[in-house]
Amino acid sequence: MGTTPAEIRPEALLEEMILIRRFEERTSATLTSGGFMGTCTCVGQEASAVGVVSALGPNDLILTNHRSAGHLLARGADPGRILAEVMGRSTGYCKGKSGTLHVSVKELGVILTSTIVGGELSLAPGVGLSVSMKGEDAVVACFFGDGAACEGVFHESMNLAAVWNLPVLFVCENNQWQAFVHRKETMLGDHIAPRAAGYGVEWEVVDGNDVEAVRDAAARAVARIRETGKPFLLETFTYRQRGHFEPDDQSYVDPSELASWKARDPIALLTAALVERGTLTAEGVAAIEARVSERLDAAFAFASSSPYPDVAELTTDVYA
Amino acid sequence: MKTINAHDAIGEALAEEMRRDSTVLAFGEGIATKRKALVDEFGRRRVRNTPLAEGIIAGTAAGAAATGLRPVVDLLFAPFMAFSMEEIVNSAGKLRFISGGQFSFPLVAMAMTGAGWSVGAQHNHNLEAWFVHSPGLKVVMPSTPADFKGLLKAAIRDDNPVVFFSDIGLLYVPGEVPDGDHVVPIGKAATRRAGTDVTLVSYGKTVPSCLKAADALASDGISAEVIDLRSLKPWDEEAVLASVRKTGRLVVVHEASRTAGFGAEVAATVAEKAFDALRAPVVRLAGPDAPPAASYPLEQAFVPQPDLIALSARQLVGRAARVSSPAPVLVAAGA
Repeated sequence: MGTTPAEIRPEALLEEMILIRRFEERTSATLTSGGFMGTCTCVGQEASAVGVVSALGPNDLILTNHRSAGHLLARGADPGRILAEVMGRSTGYCKGKSGTLHVSVKELGVILTSTIVGGELSLAPGVGLSVSMKGEDAVVACFFGDGAACEGVFHESMNLAAVWNLPVLFVCENNQWQAFVHRKETMLGDHIAPRAAGYGVEWEVVDGNDVEAVRDAAARAVARIRETGKPFLLETFTYRQRGHFEPDDQSYVDPSELASWKARDPIALLTAALVERGTLTAEGVAAIEARVSERLDAAFAFASSSPYPDVAELTTDVYA
Repeated sequence: MKTINAHDAIGEALAEEMRRDSTVLAFGEGIATKRKALVDEFGRRRVRNTPLAEGIIAGTAAGAAATGLRPVVDLLFAPFMAFSMEEIVNSAGKLRFISGGQFSFPLVAMAMTGAGWSVGAQHNHNLEAWFVHSPGLKVVMPSTPADFKGLLKAAIRDDNPVVFFSDIGLLYVPGEVPDGDHVVPIGKAATRRAGTDVTLVSYGKTVPSCLKAADALASDGISAEVIDLRSLKPWDEEAVLASVRKTGRLVVVHEASRTAGFGAEVAATVAEKAFDALRAPVVRLAGPDAPPAASYPLEQAFVPQPDLIALSARQLVGRAARVSSPAPVLVAAGA
């Protein structure tokens, strides 16, 4: 059942973050060099994805947004099948019909990647309602950004989840950017989470670049939801290190702000902490990079050798 | 057989399906207040009032449907669905395809529309064509209490999202409803009256108007066939084509505005597939391209009335002087 997952070693969290980082880097480079439009990466936000997803149990469910590669990979999705989907191949999780922006993986409980900002928020109470009506103890994790939090659907979703006591973990990944607009232009105050108080919902803001802190906060929130059956809003305060959509020269980004966040890069932070604790060596890091590289080599080989969908797929899966 | 109105037929359909299938639940804007019998039988967990927030109501239905429930949601008035287009069109309608068939969205979204209560254009707007044009959805609009019940039961059992429009003007008109498990298949038209000279195709409140027109035409010796589409997506092309092949003349009638209304789809399909059978041009009788007015005479004038339908049919069979375009006739006759 959806109980607390087994303890995961920090080194494993690091490896997941590095897998996500390299996946995003290689995917973007491959697609844009091939003349395709690239993806919406989650580079810089890996600690948020890995920290929260690692605190979920096997029966918990996930709704996410267009920066979903981190959530998918942290959930255990096959990088080859994600990549096949991104490249429009029939071996992708959605038969190539989703592309990079809408990947769902039913067998892993990933119900939706919404590329309509806020779409994940609109479905979350309904998934929570299913869980609640069936008497299951699963938690529904809904990942959205500060951009979605400025939409009306944020209010409607939080309010309904609160009045109906639905087991939804709202995770606002506050990455400071709303497509090409900095959040300081669209909202007052730095944080989303305190708004939860207005709905009678418990909340916490956590350093979204510290994966262990995120994991601890998410584990507390998940435990609280299982205990109360009520929603919780967790804000991971982080930064989108790359542009909105690849390729993106980020000419609109303040270089000093970007530099200050890169100085607190989540992967570098955990690596330094583990080296200082004496549980990780330079050789250990190299071994992780080698394993990740090998997995991604295999993933790229699988995806790029997979066939495109048959044209007949244009009209299949439209109706049940 | 018993005689009830459409409002009560909807209540019967909900109760029977909730009894049959424990995953069926109903929520919406006041449904637990207005349908107390459902609350009494099934409790507040399965019959819920919601905030007046159509977006999250429809989104919640989509999320619940994707994960094993069969929600029926009441969005009150059709124009309010503008707030739920994202959830109905982009989520419920598309995510089955986008997910490569991993998820299904068995939900029913209900809303009222049409002339009858003088509620004006923000409560009355026949916007069914919006949803017909959206992939992955089914759309129904019944005209009799029996069909309200039977189509709602079919919609609840369907594994796809179904948009269910209730014509305000028909909700409290009594009619016979068969006993037992009365299910009307989605996509099947009903021939309300057989005829040989002209085919009148319609749905919703203009079906009874077509029947009145057919009565008047009969007294002139013109035999009109009246087809009630009932379902707009999928729609019963075969029934319409078979009728047109028999009569050679077609009048399509609906309350929704004319331009890109559902009548255009019917007319185009007949032109493509039964052109050789046509003995006269296809005529569309529809509401004007204007927001419906609240004032009662204007509200009624918006809707094609029996005398206009009969006049158009007579023109087609050559028993009345032709006018250059039916659209101005509609406004003149209604006003």
